[in-house]
Amino acid sequence: MSDDGLSRRRLLGASGTAAVAGVVAGAGTAYAVSRGDDVSATGASTSTTTPALALDAAIPFRGEHQAGIVTPAQDRLHFVALDVVTKDREQLRQLLEDWTRAAERMTAGAEAAPGGLVGGGPNRAPEDTGEAYGLPASGLTITIGYGPSLFDDRFGLAPKRPAALQDLPAFTGDQLDPRRTGGDLCIQACANDPQVAVHAVRNLVRIGFGVVAVRWSQLGFGRTSSTSTAQATPRNMFGFKDGTNNVKAEEPEGLAQHVWVAPDDETGGGAWMAGGSYLVARRIRMHIEVWDRTSLQEQEDIIGRDKKEGAPLGQAKEFDTLDFAKKGPDGQPAIPVHAHVRLAHESQLGGIRILRRGYNFTDGSDGVGHLDAGLFFLAYMRDPEKQFVPMQRALAKADVLNEYIEHNGSAVFACPPGLKDGQHWGQALFA
Amino acid sequence: MPRPALRPAARAVRTAVPVALSLAAALALTGCADKPTATAGSTAAGGAGGPITVSATDTACTLSATTARAGTVTFQVTNSGTKVNEFYLYAEGDRIVSEVENITPGLSRELKVEITEPGTFTTSCKPGMVGDGIRGAFTVTGTAAKGSADSKVAKAIADYKAFVASEADEFVDATEEFVAAVKAGDVAKAKSLYAEARHPWEAIEPVAESFGDLDPKIDGREDVIADGMAFTGYHRLEKDLWKDGLQKDSSAIADQLLADVTEIAAKSKTVEPTALSIAGGAKALLDEVATGKITGEEERYSHTDLWDFDGNLEGSRQALDVLRPVILERDPALQQALDADFKELSSLLAKHKTGADYVRYTALTEADIKELTVSLDALSEQVSKVPGVVEAT
Repeated sequence: MSDDGLSRRRLLGASGTAAVAGVVAGAGTAYAVSRGDDVSATGASTSTTTPALALDAAIPFRGEHQAGIVTPAQDRLHFVALDVVTKDREQLRQLLEDWTRAAERMTAGAEAAPGGLVGGGPNRAPEDTGEAYGLPASGLTITIGYGPSLFDDRFGLAPKRPAALQDLPAFTGDQLDPRRTGGDLCIQACANDPQVAVHAVRNLVRIGFGVVAVRWSQLGFGRTSSTSTAQATPRNMFGFKDGTNNVKAEEPEGLAQHVWVAPDDETGGGAWMAGGSYLVARRIRMHIEVWDRTSLQEQEDIIGRDKKEGAPLGQAKEFDTLDFAKKGPDGQPAIPVHAHVRLAHESQLGGIRILRRGYNFTDGSDGVGHLDAGLFFLAYMRDPEKQFVPMQRALAKADVLNEYIEHNGSAVFACPPGLKDGQHWGQALFA
Repeated sequence: MPRPALRPAARAVRTAVPVALSLAAALALTGCADKPTATAGSTAAGGAGGPITVSATDTACTLSATTARAGTVTFQVTNSGTKVNEFYLYAEGDRIVSEVENITPGLSRELKVEITEPGTFTTSCKPGMVGDGIRGAFTVTGTAAKGSADSKVAKAIADYKAFVASEADEFVDATEEFVAAVKAGDVAKAKSLYAEARHPWEAIEPVAESFGDLDPKIDGREDVIADGMAFTGYHRLEKDLWKDGLQKDSSAIADQLLADVTEIAAKSKTVEPTALSIAGGAKALLDEVATGKITGEEERYSHTDLWDFDGNLEGSRQALDVLRPVILERDPALQQALDADFKELSSLLAKHKTGADYVRYTALTEADIKELTVSLDALSEQVSKVPGVVEAT
C-alpha cells in the first residue's frame, strides 16, 4: 500500500526479468545463484558468461516444460497431494483453469487474485490470504502433477491415462502410511522464502475447496539436490553431500534421455505428456539418532563418499569419477560393494539416471524423544517403471543405508509439459 | 459457546477505513526509476459519451477522460507495453469497483462499470501485475437508477426476524420440558430431551448470544467460562445427567436456566438485523461447526454434537434463504453454489442419523469426520462470499 512497496517491487521485477533471461538462454550455459544483494549487479551482467539468478527473482511460469523441475533447486518446499472430492468433471476443469491463473500471478509476485489483499472492501473475506504481500517472487515455482487415481472412471479420463503412469510396486522394507501415500493431484511449490511457498499452496488449496481436498502435505526446509552446475551440492540430514551426480539443467541430452517424456513415448491418449515428466515422491524417515552414533568410517563406507569433500572413496575431489574397481589399502574395493553410491550408480543400473529434487524435512518429534526427520525424496524422470523402480529395487535389496531409513510415504504423478501463452492446465486433459 | 470474535451481532458495522494514497504520495510514486506517469485529457465522458480509452504501457497509464456521468462507464484498455497489464477502478480504501486483468502486450480489453452514485475514484494500470500501479484520480458526477434489490432486502430482514422469533419461542418451550424432567429427577427423560431442546438455540446463536452474560450462563462450557463465573446452564446439567448424576443444586440450576432462556428469547426478538448481519451470522454458524461441533468439543459428556451441527447448519441455511432474492439478483452463480453445497453437507450429515436421532460423536470414524470437514470447507468458502454480495443495501 505504500510507495515504498511499489518501488521495491518494481525494482525487483525489472531486474528479475534480466536475471530470468539467463534461465531461458541457459540450457547450455551455467549460471550462479546469489542472494538479492546481487540484484543490481545482475542487470548489468550481460558482459559475463555466467549471469546470476537472484534468489528474489521471478521465474517464468510458462515455457516448453513446467518450471520447478530443472529450475535451479530453491531452498524451500511446500508439497501437497490432493484428492478430487467433486463428482463434476466441469468443476475439476474449471479449477485447473482457476489454478493456472492464480499460480501464474503468484509466481510473478502478485496476489492470487487482483486486489486480493484489500480490494474486496471491508465486508468480504479477502481473496488472497495476504502473508506474501510485499515479498518478492522469491523464485517461486508451482508445478502440477496428476496421480494414477485421477484417471479412473470418475471424470472420463481413463482414455487419457499415459501408459507409463502406474502405481509403484511394493518394495522390500516399505512401511507406507496410507495417510502419506497417493493422491489424485499434486502441487509442488518451491521458493527461496518458505512464506512464499506456503502462501502459494494455501491459496491454491483454498481456491480448490469443494473440488479437491488435501490428502497429505510435506514441508521441506532445505534442498538436498542441485539441479544446476552453478549450485553447490547441499547436504542431507546424514551430513553427506547429496545429488553430486544429478542430471542437471546444463545437460540437454541427459534431460532428453532421462527426464522429459519424448513424443514417441506416448502415442495413444497419453500423448499430452510429451515434454512432461514423471514425479516420484517418497517420504524417507531417517533414524538420525542411530546414524549419529555410527563411526565416521562406517558412515563413509555406507554412503561410498568421504564426508568432508564428498569425494568418492578412493578419490580426492567431489566430482572425481567413481572407480568401482579400485582397491583400498586392505585389498577390498575402495567403494564397498553395498555402498549407496555404487548401488545407485548408472553403471550398475544399465545407464539409468533420474533428476533428484528432494528436500530435508523435520516434522517435529515422534513422541519418544526422536526427531521425525529425513529426506522428502522427489525425483523427475521419463518413465518410473524403467528408472525409479529398478533403482529402488536394487537399493531396497542391498543398501546398508536401509538400517537407518524407512520409506513411509509414496506417490507418483504425471507432470504435464509447460504451458504456452493463453493455455491453462485443464485444456490438455479435458480436450 | 463460541469465541467472542465469532459474534457478528456484537460487532459494530464498520465503515471502510480510508487508506487511499494522498496526493503527495501519489506524486512521490512518479519519482520511481522508470518514471510512471498517469495523465489524461480533461474532457468528461459517461454512459452516453462512448468509451474512455486507456492507453497502458510499462511506464504510463493515459486516460482519454478522468470524469464521467453516473451510469454505465466503459473503459477500453489497450496495452502497448511489454508486460502483462491490468486496469483497476478503486473506490476509497483501495476497494475494487471493477478490474480487468491479463491484458497481454498488444491486447485491448473492455471494462464496463455500473456506477450509481457520484464520487471520487482511483484508476490504476498495473504493468507486471504487482505493486500499487500507476494511479490517477477519476470523478463521477450525477446519479443513476439502482436495481430493485433494496425492497428485497427489506423483505429479507422481516423474514429473518420472523424466523428468529419462531425459533426463540421453540427454545423456551423445549427448555421448559427439559427443565421439568430435570426437576422431576427423571434422568432418562431429561437426557432424551437435552439435544433437541438445544437445537433452536444452535440455529439462532449469533443473534441470541449478544446479550451480556446470558450466553455463558446458558451455554458456557466448564473450560471456557470466565474467571469468577459459576458453571451453570445446559452444559452443567449435561455433566450432571451424563457424568456426575443429579446434584443437590441441579434443580436450582434448572430453574435459573429457564429464567435465562426466557429472557434471552424475549431479547432476541428485539434485535434489528441488517442484510450484512444476517449474512455474517450465517457464516458465524458454520464457523461454530468448524471449531466446536466437528471437533466434538461442545458436548463432551452427552456427545450429541451432531444435533448442534444440525442446528447450526439449519440456522445458516435459513438465514441465507431469506437473502435468496437478493443473492439471485446480484450473483446467481453464487446462489447455485450455495444450494449445491448445503444439499451436499446436509446429506452427508443425514448419513449419521438413526431414525430421528443422531449417532453419538464418538461413533464417527476419522474418515467420517474428514468427509464432513471437506464438505463444510466447501460450503463455508461460498458462504463467506455472501456479505460482499448483500453489502450494498
